[in-house]
Amino acid sequence: MASAAPVEVKEPERSEKTDLAKPWKVIVWNDPVNLMSYVTFVLQKLFGYSKEKAHKLMMDVHTKGKAVVSGGSRERSELDVFRLHEHGLWATMEQDT
Amino acid sequence: MGDDGAGHLNTPEWELPLRRSGPGCYEVALSDENRELLRTLPAQLRAAIAANPKDAVFRRLFPPAYANDEMAEQEYRRLVGSELDQSRSLSFETLSKTADATELSEEELDAWVRALNDIRLWLGTLLDVSEDRTDDDPDDPPHLLYHLLTEIQGLAVEALLGDE
Repeated sequence: MASAAPVEVKEPERSEKTDLAKPWKVIVWNDPVNLMSYVTFVLQKLFGYSKEKAHKLMMDVHTKGKAVVSGGSRERSELDVFRLHEHGLWATMEQDT
Repeated sequence: MGDDGAGHLNTPEWELPLRRSGPGCYEVALSDENRELLRTLPAQLRAAIAANPKDAVFRRLFPPAYANDEMAEQEYRRLVGSELDQSRSLSFETLSKTADATELSEEELDAWVRALNDIRLWLGTLLDVSEDRTDDDPDDPPHLLYHLLTEIQGLAVEALLGDE
């Protein structure tokens, strides 16, 4: 599309703790309610992971208490966290330190 | 995580009350009592959420995305809060409306497992359940209901996973 003049876009305000250069990681935490089969199912469905990969991540959550299941840009990570929340998984995101 | 309640391990597949019957097609043969529960529980949970927007159940159903950044968390909540609520309402609605169905599509069964999960998160938080069911578990109605829903959700997930 052609445009007559460049439009100044105001960047949305972000929290001061954010460093744009550093990638984010999405973490799923263990909880006593979600079924192991359900967590595997959700990871396969949302991220297209193989059965093996989804199962391994699920076992990490189960035995180690948490696992990094995805990551990348802040926007991408926020969307992934949202989709996990939609499925009742206890997910948070944090920036690599 | 909760155990999968594999009480059906010795049941032949064709006798399972919830099973895959073809590509993207699922057969449901639950009792009328169980169907009545599936039809009415979503509305009860919605009422509970609306009544106590600050309690532990609410926090579990709407967990924080940013555990250590209050400002970012508020922004996340502002952006997606209502969408999350809407998505939840849709799966509840599907569960209620199809509680009597003998056949479900993949989309409908997917809504079932999400709604059942939410209801289990609600009950599990109230009952403060632990990871695995033991012989010491109380046999009162709320615990029995929780385990019944665990069993139904487990069957539904197995049916969906069986599609690959």
